[in-house]
Amino acid sequence: MSLQLMTYLVVGATFALYIFIAIKSRAATTGEFYVAGKGVPPVLNGMATGADWMSAASFISMAGLIAFKGYDASVYLMGWTGGYCLLAMLLAPYLRKYGKFTVPEFIGDRYYSHTARVVAVICLITASLTYVIGQMKGIGVAFSRFLEVDFSVGLVAGMVIVFIYAVLGGMKGVTYTQIAQYCVLIFAYTVPAVFISLQLTGNPLPQIGLGSTMADGSNMYLLDKLDKILVDLGFAAYTVQKGTTINMFLLTLSLMIGTAGLPHVIIRFFTVPTVKDARSSVGWALVFIAILYTTAPAVGAMARLNLMNTIQIGPVGSPEGNIRIKDVPSWFTNWEKTGLLKHEDKNGDGRIQYYGPSKEFAVKAASFGWKGNEMIKVDRDIMVLANPEIAKLPNWVIALVAAGGIAAALSTAAGLLLAISSSISHDLLKGIFAPNITDKTELMASRIAMAGSILVAGYLGLNPPGFAAQVVALAFGLAASSIFPALMMGIFSKRANNAGAILGMLAGLGSTLVYIFWYKGWFFIKGTEMLANTPDNWLFGISPEAFGAVGALINFVVALTVSNMTAPPPEHIQHLVEDIRVPGTGRQ
Amino acid sequence: MSDAAKAEYWKANIRLVIGCLVVWFIVSYGCGILLAEQLNSIRLGGYQLGFWFAQQGSIYTFVVLIFFYAWRMNQLDRKFNVFEE
Repeated sequence: MSLQLMTYLVVGATFALYIFIAIKSRAATTGEFYVAGKGVPPVLNGMATGADWMSAASFISMAGLIAFKGYDASVYLMGWTGGYCLLAMLLAPYLRKYGKFTVPEFIGDRYYSHTARVVAVICLITASLTYVIGQMKGIGVAFSRFLEVDFSVGLVAGMVIVFIYAVLGGMKGVTYTQIAQYCVLIFAYTVPAVFISLQLTGNPLPQIGLGSTMADGSNMYLLDKLDKILVDLGFAAYTVQKGTTINMFLLTLSLMIGTAGLPHVIIRFFTVPTVKDARSSVGWALVFIAILYTTAPAVGAMARLNLMNTIQIGPVGSPEGNIRIKDVPSWFTNWEKTGLLKHEDKNGDGRIQYYGPSKEFAVKAASFGWKGNEMIKVDRDIMVLANPEIAKLPNWVIALVAAGGIAAALSTAAGLLLAISSSISHDLLKGIFAPNITDKTELMASRIAMAGSILVAGYLGLNPPGFAAQVVALAFGLAASSIFPALMMGIFSKRANNAGAILGMLAGLGSTLVYIFWYKGWFFIKGTEMLANTPDNWLFGISPEAFGAVGALINFVVALTVSNMTAPPPEHIQHLVEDIRVPGTGRQ
Repeated sequence: MSDAAKAEYWKANIRLVIGCLVVWFIVSYGCGILLAEQLNSIRLGGYQLGFWFAQQGSIYTFVVLIFFYAWRMNQLDRKFNVFEE
């Protein structure tokens, strides 16, 4: 069977499954639409959260990021998992006890202020929209590379699928499809990883394989070998730190706080029956996430090793050491067609030289007759996408990777779209503009808001605005600097009041946005940067992506100072805070 | 639940959270970033220890921490008679 037919079959089968689940789990009330009737068991909710969380970027791009950054990519591994500790201990159980439908709703009630609620809605929509555009692009990319259809056709196909299950089923439909999508994506991710780990080290567990000796008879540890190959070719060693410590520290912190403050993740824990379930469900979520996140470093290192060995087939500097262009494997030519790989024979010797930017090595390279690095483009996504081909795995594994990438993108998109649409229908419409509408009208409004959000996200996926590429800076920065502190103080401080919370959110948000715009241009318009985005220009060496933690600190300081200078919250709010700190008996 | 019991329950929760977050900080920011270079002289198989904490060990610890927290909170809920069946 041809690869393309196989891919159509596997992807088609997963789509049929998602539609089947959609028809089975239609939502009949707003409670079902927003929080799945609060009846999702904690382990299953953990699985759904895993799919909700792990996006097209986690699935397709992260291993490549690790492959090229080595140790420095640890910030993403720790940052995107450590946030779950904050979520489990500082937010999820108390917000579940509160028992309402959305994140802005808690902020509005706790700070007895429509203004606070609207600020939260604006942050939520900006962060989620930035994030969802990337997912829409991910769906289009996966379709166009594996099924050889046009990018826009793939994107529309993805929109239709999300439309069916998210509009019909709301959170209920999204939850059960996410569970199925988790199974697809984790299977698709781990199968190639196991094969590659076996080939390179003889150990089937990638997490162990990464720390094992090579199976090539050299008896060298894999990571030592990778370090050596890279250094010999003028790259930085894989396991050595390249960036500054302060930036690594703050970037990790910003990603952790941002993760805990992302509304589409938080609302998943509104769907479990009890406070106790909310705590353990975060643990399960992290178990399911950790399976991918501990595999990714192995995929990254092993794929990098494979790539280096494909091109540098013999000793560095010997005329026979580099592969001849006419001998390159078929995956190499296949992926060159997509533009993700590109070589140029600069010295005209019919062979490819791939080497790093080190100045010392440049002298040596010149003495070999090399005239520059000839791999002029190596897109990091290739590390996951071409992995099965590089390792010569069967066609069904390649088809599976396509289905897995699409599942990762769809599941995250649906979770984000739900957070956006519920903040429109529940916070803005029911909460502020039309408080008297019936449950039935609100349910209809939430379906319309969902349909509208899908169309907007699809449109922006096809015509990506400048901010679409700024997921890490914008989505995590906003969640860290505005939403997380407001939620945490709402639970942990009885003294935090409306004026403090609003000014705190605006100060955190404002300082973070200004810092990002300063280096990336106002509203990301090219040419309006105040300073070039380079490490020498950064304040104390802090990159724009790492500023969210500083914004959060500013938020905390402003909010607590203003709160202490103004009147304490009314008595019923203080009772509310006391109430959410203690689990209730039974379901609410 | 009386106000005094509520206050006591909350204090015990805060103590537990702080304890867990100290470990959270040590494994990631401590072993994975600030002390990584020093720890790298110790080997765990083919892994340098600081590198292992940054790309594997901290994640495993996070998982264990959350379940530990949930387990201790269940005990606390029982003690204060607010355990949910």
